[in-house]
Order: sequence, then structure tokens, then C-alpha cells
Amino acid sequence: MATDVFEMGDIDIAWCPGCGNFPILKTLKETLTELAIDPKQLVMVSGIGQAAKIPHYLKCHFFNGLHGRALPPATAIKAVNPKLTVIAESGDGDMYGEGGNHFIHCIRRNPDITNIVHDNMVYGLTKGQASPTSRRGFKTPVQVAGVILEPFNPLAVAIALDASFVARASSGDREQTKEILKRAIRHKGYALVDIFQPCVTFNKLNTYQWFKDHVYYLDDSHDPSDRTAAFARATETDRLPLGVFYVHPKDSFEENTQMYREDKRPLCERDVDVGRLAALIDTFKMAG
Amino acid sequence: MKDPKGMATRRDVSIVLCGQAGQGVQTVETLLTRILKTAGYHVFATKEYMSRVRGGANSTTIRVSGKRVSALVDRMDVLVPLNAGAVAHVAERLSPQTVVVGEREVVADEAIESNRTLAVPFTEIATEIGGKIYSNVVAVGAVAGLLGLDLDAVATYVQRFFAKKSSEIVANNVKAVQGGFDAIGKLDVPNEIRLTFKPSAKVNDELLLSGAEAVGLGAIAGGCNFVSSYPMSPSTGVLTFLAQHGLEQGVLAEQAEDEIAAINMAIGASYAGARAMVTTSGGGFALMTEGVSLAGMLECPVVIHLAQRPGPATGLPTRTEQADLELALYAGHGEFPRILFAPGTLEQAFYLTQKAFNLADKYQVPAFILTDQHLMDSYYNLKAFDPARTKVEKHIVKTTKDYRRYELTRNGISPRGIPGYGSGLVAVDSDEHDEEGHITEDLDVRVAMVDKRLAKGEALRKDIVRPELVGPKDYKRLVICWGSTYHVVKEALGEMGRTDTAMLHYSQVYPLHPSTADLIGKARKTVAVEGNATGQFRKLIRLHAGVDVDEGLVKYDGLGFTVEDVVEGLTEIINHQ
Repeated sequence: MATDVFEMGDIDIAWCPGCGNFPILKTLKETLTELAIDPKQLVMVSGIGQAAKIPHYLKCHFFNGLHGRALPPATAIKAVNPKLTVIAESGDGDMYGEGGNHFIHCIRRNPDITNIVHDNMVYGLTKGQASPTSRRGFKTPVQVAGVILEPFNPLAVAIALDASFVARASSGDREQTKEILKRAIRHKGYALVDIFQPCVTFNKLNTYQWFKDHVYYLDDSHDPSDRTAAFARATETDRLPLGVFYVHPKDSFEENTQMYREDKRPLCERDVDVGRLAALIDTFKMAG
Repeated sequence: MKDPKGMATRRDVSIVLCGQAGQGVQTVETLLTRILKTAGYHVFATKEYMSRVRGGANSTTIRVSGKRVSALVDRMDVLVPLNAGAVAHVAERLSPQTVVVGEREVVADEAIESNRTLAVPFTEIATEIGGKIYSNVVAVGAVAGLLGLDLDAVATYVQRFFAKKSSEIVANNVKAVQGGFDAIGKLDVPNEIRLTFKPSAKVNDELLLSGAEAVGLGAIAGGCNFVSSYPMSPSTGVLTFLAQHGLEQGVLAEQAEDEIAAINMAIGASYAGARAMVTTSGGGFALMTEGVSLAGMLECPVVIHLAQRPGPATGLPTRTEQADLELALYAGHGEFPRILFAPGTLEQAFYLTQKAFNLADKYQVPAFILTDQHLMDSYYNLKAFDPARTKVEKHIVKTTKDYRRYELTRNGISPRGIPGYGSGLVAVDSDEHDEEGHITEDLDVRVAMVDKRLAKGEALRKDIVRPELVGPKDYKRLVICWGSTYHVVKEALGEMGRTDTAMLHYSQVYPLHPSTADLIGKARKTVAVEGNATGQFRKLIRLHAGVDVDEGLVKYDGLGFTVEDVVEGLTEIINHQ
């Protein structure tokens, strides 16, 4: 597969120079290329924010919707046409803040989609307020005395909800991130990949160096099928582990709806069955 | 107490059943309407109920007739109170002509002026058969006896109705209906209550369904294959209906975590090529407004069923109102076109819901079905819907390599592609976008895109449903109504017998049909009848048709208009003119 298949050519990218989003974009393109995903079968879904602009920088179908609302349409797109590869990608504010309720329920629903979250622990597009994952004490123009809320722990929440696939990566390490993304996209069911990403403009606390000093990779001794161990790792705060925390293969939302149990055609290719409708209407003649 | 207003000439019998939630009023309504319809009588039933699962006082009004009957009346020819509080709940509707059937302690209520009370020991009969639980079926038997129905036919129906239960339960229900029937036979029954209308085999062949079912069937006929909603009275019936028939009819029905998810899912489904719908009520719809705006911007077809109930906020959760017209009209920030249907009859509920899917698809806009609790919960018999009269019109194109989702066209309608069909890429964006769907801050492109979206609003004007004029074409007075008040206004005008007055009913309330200014302008006096306090449709007519409606007859106590309400209200207005 040609390596430039997802390239948009010379376009104006709205991210700051040095932004952690660039390596994620590059890594994602390589991942998709190496997985030989056909851009005509790929739908990128995002919400609002700087990370949410990523579909515009990839040559593919996309649905760039509302703030926090990437997961409901992504779920529906996959359910209506399971042949498509669906990736919902946005920032931590979008997915965990505005979209927190959808995040929880999307895990419960388990659609076969990949959820990539650019986690820079700050709101970039609105100029530097705290995000749900901001560390305590982080000072911003709004959180003037420092953040007093506990940071949201997406991995622990996802594992608590028995998510199908839970991983964390760091934009600074493109090779490992690519391997994690490949596993996530290949995985059947909901796959969360939280990617640490420095915001060079608004987050002077969680810098490239900070991430380097505060992360380590899970090694082979970690068993991703062990939910208790995965949860324990997800709640570590001293140094933050990277890698695939938890994998629990199970039926996807689309499979569980039974819409494809007998008829394999995507919903979008089906027509009204007039005979069945007429039979249903008839039942109202002799209501039993 | 309301004056029966010369309705003593009995063209129909109005039977009211009233009891606590959980006493089986619903079962009695279901059984009686079906028994009557099976016997060849025209029936209508509607209920009013409290927002609670047990206790309180709920009632259902059933009208049975030899002719079509589809509106609510205050008049009670027969009242069946199922508990002590029931009589007080409907006391205003009692007249000296009302025959009251019930337990001795209940019919002895001082509110009952009539001496036409028939004491039937429902509970005692039920207990002898097998338990108190059968009392409501004893009441069905009593009403059947009162109306002079054929006991064998009634028993046969009851047997069929409970067929899925154990043989003991079936047998007990048959005994219960017989018990009620026999008890009435022993009493001195006023003769005029017995049905004298000629039953018709044709009625038997018709449908008997509710507004919720009519909307649900219309959605299936419209090709709906995706519905996502959060339950909220009175809209839930449509979700339930589609969920129950989803697998067999090819509709994916999903209960979303909230209304915001529901509409965003529906829009995503539509983007992927589904015919998508949400069903909700005012409070839920308030949450959906960002999604309505998104549908407007993405130019994504979506059908929104909005079953109105009184607001603001949680309002009266189980009651009816027509006060969300302005909400639906203006919901969503920014400017973009939309379509608002407001079916008045069950036929319209079916055919307009079907049509809403076609028009939403054709113009790539949100299309609304505005109903209300009254329409959702009303049942009557009507001619079978004909799926052959409906056609699913799809407007999806196979994309080519150079496909642009928002291609600028003369009528504003860009060919709509879906991902995976064709060789092009389908890109949609909630930000202002260029023809390819990419974010733009080019202000000239912005203007071109606004013009394009609004041009669709002009284009869709050629598909506006004409309002229905009922009555003399050379009317001097015109009564204007919309949505679920169709039958009640029509019957009231029939009652009044005025040859100078016609009814104009709108089943599409936006955009307004271009005939509006002429039709209203040529009347000397006009009145708008609507179920809200501020005359929302009257305002809409003034704003969008440029004509004033002289008077308004409004109701906003949470109950639907009755024929008597409309007759009284219109008479008063006419006398003052």
C-alpha cells in the first residue's frame, strides 16, 4: 500500500509548532497504512478542540461533529455499516469532560470502534484552562490557586466498566504507539487508547520532559486478561505505565443488536420489507 | 356539571371508566374497545392519567357508535367507577342521564344526582371466581351486558385475548366476564343504553390502533431503520413499538444514555446511510437542540418525533398540550431550514411520518412530527393503511473520485453520498466548511454556504402539505386548528350546524402552505383553536403568512379539548362578535 494514501498534500494545519498532535497524526497515518486500511472504508469521527481537527488532516471519510459528541455518532455509523473502520478521535476535554457520559455508556455498549484520546491535561483551544485529566495543583487563568479536583482516570474508569480494550501510549514514542494503535484497531469491540501529548503552549507542567520522567512501559509480566492487575496498574500515580492494560474479547454492540444475525447486509443497504409491514398492519385488524 | 347540550339524541354512547393506577383501567379499555370493534361498532378511546404507577385517579373515555367517532366528549352516558375516589375525579362530567355501574359503596356517592345507579359487586364476583384481580374483567362483562352485546361473542373474545396465559387464568377471565354480564341481567337496566346502531362487518376489517402505533408504523413505512431515544412520556410508545417490532421490521432501536446521545446517534446513523429517527417530548427535546443545529449544519436528514406535554420544565408529565410549536420552530442556534408536520388524525400520523422520511432525505433537513399526549394515547378504528400508497424515496448517490459533499448547486441541494458507496470521500463538519466539508474561515465561502442551506428552504416549499378545509367553501367564518384537534373541532362544528363556518386544519405547520393568506383573508371572522395559552400557531400565521386571526380559543389545563369545550367556546366567541 502506498505510504501517501492518507496524505492531504499541502494544507494549513491549525496546530502550534511543536504540538504533540503532529507525531500522533504521523503515527496514525503509518498505522493505517501498515494495516492496509482502505481510506474509502475508514470514517474518522471527532468532536471539538485542537485534537478534534485531526480528521481534516487525513484523507478519509469524516464526521467532525459537536463538542463531546464523537462517540454516539461513531457508534451509530459502525452499527449502520459494520464494514467500515470507525475511529473516534478527540482530546481529553472532549472525550472525558463534555462527553463523559457518552464515554461511560460507549464502554457499556461496546461498539467495534477505536477511541483515540489526545491527553494533554489542558484545554488548548480555549487557551489553557484545566481539563478533566489536569493534575492537582496545576495553575491556570481559571484555576488560579491550582486545580483542586482529582484528575479523571480514564483507564481506571474504563477497566472498572470492563471495557474491551484499554491502553495508554505517549506521543513521544511513535514506534510503541504505532504497535498499540495497531492492536487497538484490529481489536473487535470498543478500544480505548489514551495518548499522552504535551501542549507546548498552555501546559508548562506536563512537558515532553515531564512525560519522559513520569512514564514507563508495562512489561511481559503484565497479563492484560487480568482485570484486577490492570486496575492496579491504572491507578498508579508515581510513574504512569504505558502499554496495553486490559483486553477482554466480547461481542460488539452491532452483534448484540442482532440486526446482523440473519441478514448480513449493512442497514444502509436494506429496504422496507413491504410484505412484513403489511402483515404488521394487519395485526391491528384482529388485535388479540 | 356540564349541560349535555342537546346531545340526548343518542348517536353514540360514551362510557367512562375510572380507577386508581394499577386497577386495570387500561385492560378494561383495551378489552372493551376491541370487543366493540370486533362486534362491528365504531369506537374511540382516550385516556387521562396521573404521573404515578399506583393509586391516584385515571380515566378512560370510550365512545361507541354506528358511525365514525374520533373525538373526546365531556358527556358520560355510562360511568364505571372502580374505586371510591373515582366519582369525585369525574364529578364535573356527571349528568342526571349518566348511568353509574359499580360497587354499592361507590355508586352511593353523593355527587351522583341520577338515581340511575346499578350496583354490581365486582369484587365479590371476582373473589368467588379466583381473586380480586378479576374485578376489572367483571366490569367489562357488566358494560357488555348493559350495552346488550352478545355474551358468547364477548366470552370468545376474552378467551382469545388471554390465550397466552394459563388455562386456569383464561377460564377465570371468561367466568369473570360472564359474572359481570349476568349480574347486570338481573337488574333493571335503562333501555336506551342498549346499542341500537347497526353493526357493520366493514368495521371489523378496519384497524384499531393508537397514535403512537400509527407514528411507529409510518416510520417503518418511511424506511426508518434506526431509532435512538431516551424514554419520556408521552413519546415512549413510539420507541417501544419500534423496539418490539425492530428485529422483524429491520429497525435498530437503541435506548440512549440521554437525549443528546440519542440525536447525535441518529445523525451519525443518517450520515452512514440509515433512515434515522428520534422520539421525545419537550424536556428531552430541549436537550436535543444542539443536535438539531448540527443536523442543519451537516445537512443530515433526521426525523424528530416530538410528542408534546405541558411544560415548562417537567410540567405535567402525563398530560397534553400543544405548546412546543415555537420550540420546534426555533430549536437550534443559527439559521437553517426545517419541516414541521402536525398530524391531526391517525391516517395523517401514518402517512405524514412516512413522508417526513422522504422529505428529510430529499432536502437533507430535520423534519419534525409534532404530536401530543392526546394523539399518542387515543385509539379509534379506521381504514387499513396501504403500504402501496407509500414509497421510500432515496436520494443517496454513488460518489465519484472528485465528490464534494457540499457542492454548491442552484437549489442548494448537494448530492448526498455515504461512506463506502462509490469512490469518493464523504466529509461533514459542524464548523462552517467548504464544498469538500473542510473547516473554513473564508467569509465568502461562509456566505455561499448560508445561501445554499437557505435555498433548500425555498426549494422545499413546493412539497408543502395543503391544509384541509372542512365545511362550506363559501364560508364567512373560519375556525383554524392544527395537530391533534382535528376531530374535536370537526365534530364541534358539525354539532353547531352553522352553514357559514368552515374548519381549516393544518397538518403541516411550517413552512405554511402559500394558500394561507388567501384562505384566512377571505373569511370575515376567524378563530384559532389550540392547546396552549399564548396562541402559538396564531402568532406563526401572523409572522409567516402576514394575516391576523381575529380570535383564539385556547386550552392549557393539561387535558385535551372536548367537543363541548369547542362548541361552548366558539358559541361564546360568535355571540360576542
